[in-house]
Amino acid sequence: MSIRRTLSAFLATTIIASSMLLTACHGSGRRVGFECPENFDTSRDYEITFWAKNDTNLAQTRIYNQAIEDFEALYPNIHVTLRLYTDYNKIYNDVITNIATNTTPNVCITYPDHIATYISGNNTVVPLDNLIYDERYGLGGSEVRFDAPTPEDMIEAYMDECIIGDNHYCLPYMRSTEALYINKTFVEALGFELPEVVTWDFMWEVSNAAMAQNSDGTFVVNGQDVMIPTIYKSSDNMMITMLRQLDAGYSDDAGSIYIFNDDTTNILHTVADEVAQGAFSTFTVSGYPGNFINAGQCIFAIDSTAGSTWMGPHAPLQDIDESELVDFEMVVRPVPQFDADNLQMISQGPSICVFNKEDSNEVLASWLFAQYLLTNEVQIAYSGTEGYVPVTLLAQQSEEYRAYLEDPSQYSIKIDAVNMLLQNIDNTFVTPVFNGSTSLRNAAAQLINSVVKSVRRREAITDDYINNLYAEVTALYRLDQLGGGKDGKANLGPLPTQSKIMLGSIGAVWIGFCAYFAFDLYKKKKNA
Amino acid sequence: MKNFKRVISVAMVAAMAVSVFACAADTAETAETEAEIVTNGISYDEYVAAELDTEVTVDVYVQATQGWWNDSITVYAADQDGAYFIYGMACSEEDAALLESGTMIEVTGYKSEWSGEIEITDATFTVVEGADTYIAEPIDLTADFGNDDALIAHQNAFFSMDNLTVVESADGAAFLYSWDGSGSQGDDLYFTESNGDATATFTVESYLTGADTAVYQTVEGLQVGDTINVSGFLYWYEGVNPHITFVEVQ
Repeated sequence: MSIRRTLSAFLATTIIASSMLLTACHGSGRRVGFECPENFDTSRDYEITFWAKNDTNLAQTRIYNQAIEDFEALYPNIHVTLRLYTDYNKIYNDVITNIATNTTPNVCITYPDHIATYISGNNTVVPLDNLIYDERYGLGGSEVRFDAPTPEDMIEAYMDECIIGDNHYCLPYMRSTEALYINKTFVEALGFELPEVVTWDFMWEVSNAAMAQNSDGTFVVNGQDVMIPTIYKSSDNMMITMLRQLDAGYSDDAGSIYIFNDDTTNILHTVADEVAQGAFSTFTVSGYPGNFINAGQCIFAIDSTAGSTWMGPHAPLQDIDESELVDFEMVVRPVPQFDADNLQMISQGPSICVFNKEDSNEVLASWLFAQYLLTNEVQIAYSGTEGYVPVTLLAQQSEEYRAYLEDPSQYSIKIDAVNMLLQNIDNTFVTPVFNGSTSLRNAAAQLINSVVKSVRRREAITDDYINNLYAEVTALYRLDQLGGGKDGKANLGPLPTQSKIMLGSIGAVWIGFCAYFAFDLYKKKKNA
Repeated sequence: MKNFKRVISVAMVAAMAVSVFACAADTAETAETEAEIVTNGISYDEYVAAELDTEVTVDVYVQATQGWWNDSITVYAADQDGAYFIYGMACSEEDAALLESGTMIEVTGYKSEWSGEIEITDATFTVVEGADTYIAEPIDLTADFGNDDALIAHQNAFFSMDNLTVVESADGAAFLYSWDGSGSQGDDLYFTESNGDATATFTVESYLTGADTAVYQTVEGLQVGDTINVSGFLYWYEGVNPHITFVEVQ
């Protein structure tokens, strides 16, 4: 329940934040940029607040608490207060609120998209480049009291995801992708052979076949009243991934918006067709895909690898009553593809940012704690709680991590999901990050969800409908006011005519002044 | 002739005056008629019978609301025949202040289902001016504790259950922040009770009754073994997931 509410609040905050930050350059106070102190002052105590996200997973909470305890043992003068969230969007809402009152946390788990909004304020988030490479306090620096990874130990692709504009504004913490969780038993019962790479066409074909009903209205494939063969958890990722696979427009690094194009229109028509057949829905409209697939009411559930411990009838975490579980063979595949020879899937996962404060020693203390979250102890333990992969080579190549991947006592679907990501790291992508990229992502989700709802409500999805939807979404998320670039500075385009006339007039007056003084000077010289 | 014209004029003025009075009287009668409350909504039975994803209009009484957030509010509503859950209804902050318990509103939205919860979504509303007020008495569902098949007939209703025993949620705790204890103060509270035969987990929904409310604080003070009476709204999430608004320790 709360996640739905948080999602709504997040969408609203996005809209508010967009409008606030588009006007933020007027009259806002400036905070001085962070400069690393020469020496960390250990004679003082520091109170650090850490806003962390967990996947409603107690093991993750325990790892955070353990990390804090271990870090405080190393740095007795730094005290870390943990505030737990179970949703990234709620963190975003709260950070936006607290930026206005200068009460941001010190360290925060977040998404780069969100950071792009945070940094629209003045020196709100610390650019980390100098810190990362600082010989004494940087990654693996000489004064760091624990075995931290060096910059070379970080996985480069993940570090690159943290670059906004010209700087690293965060560190990767964990990485995941989306996976296609499949009820293989049902696929084969419907007469299909499951390929190694599932295409969108294959998935729709199987899904449509699953719509066959008995005379009593139950579905042939499961004998139940409910069957939604394909459910996508993240509607925004669905649109983004499909566009990427089609090499179609979405946005660019400068923040220009290209999402309203023919490929998007075709995707929406496909979505409409599948919903009309009862073959497709989304989390927003129907509920968690994991709950449906575990109850035998779904065949293709697309969700994060970080949700893998909820997937399957034997999953360690369940959200439905045991009596509703249906036994079947589950397999994990990459998300559906348009081109089976050119796999593309999104890279996602939490990152860590450090907020700027007046006291540079406090910031340095925050940085040290952030760095501690990259140690093998934290990376390996946390990644094991879900279908995450560690972000350092140090952890990924460790014997402990290799042993974990081969441990038969681990939940097999989680390990399959992790291995799928590890084998496809080169096939992952991220979307451009800029001030407003969060709004664009929300707009992408709304396009899908609006069409799903409208079809279910028996509206016709015509080109006119889709054009109107584009206009509504553009207005709601102020997409026509974006294009601010990574630094949040808008390209305002050519000057309006009135401005040109005004500037021309000012120029003409100055030319007149100059001519007058020149003539006056000439006259004085001549008279002299 | 002059007199005749004067007479005619007076007669016309008099006729006009009479007409004006007549009209005024007529208007007054109309006003009295309009003062009667006209409602356009379907009945609760018709709402229950309506297909999912169809547009519905209902005239209902606000029972409680979750916190307003940027032009949206979630409402627990009822009429004398049944209960409704209206999710994310469009509402300005100014109008949210009008949604006091008991207030009658006319709601138009779509009947939807999300994880088993039947609700009205994408809704708009107007306050029915001059309507009476109504606050539902809790339905005693103590006898149906643990019986989802029986409870679903009362989905969203304001209910009570008595003489339940608080049992351990995890690690000896009488309640958890978030469903598995992974949350912190301010998050939803989860606590489990038994009637001796069955157990069920109830929720204090933080958007309805937050950390500063009596029910939240009472649950934070529960001990395993306490005998309690509860009341709340019979929300549904993949089964019974009541949003508890009152807890009394016996």
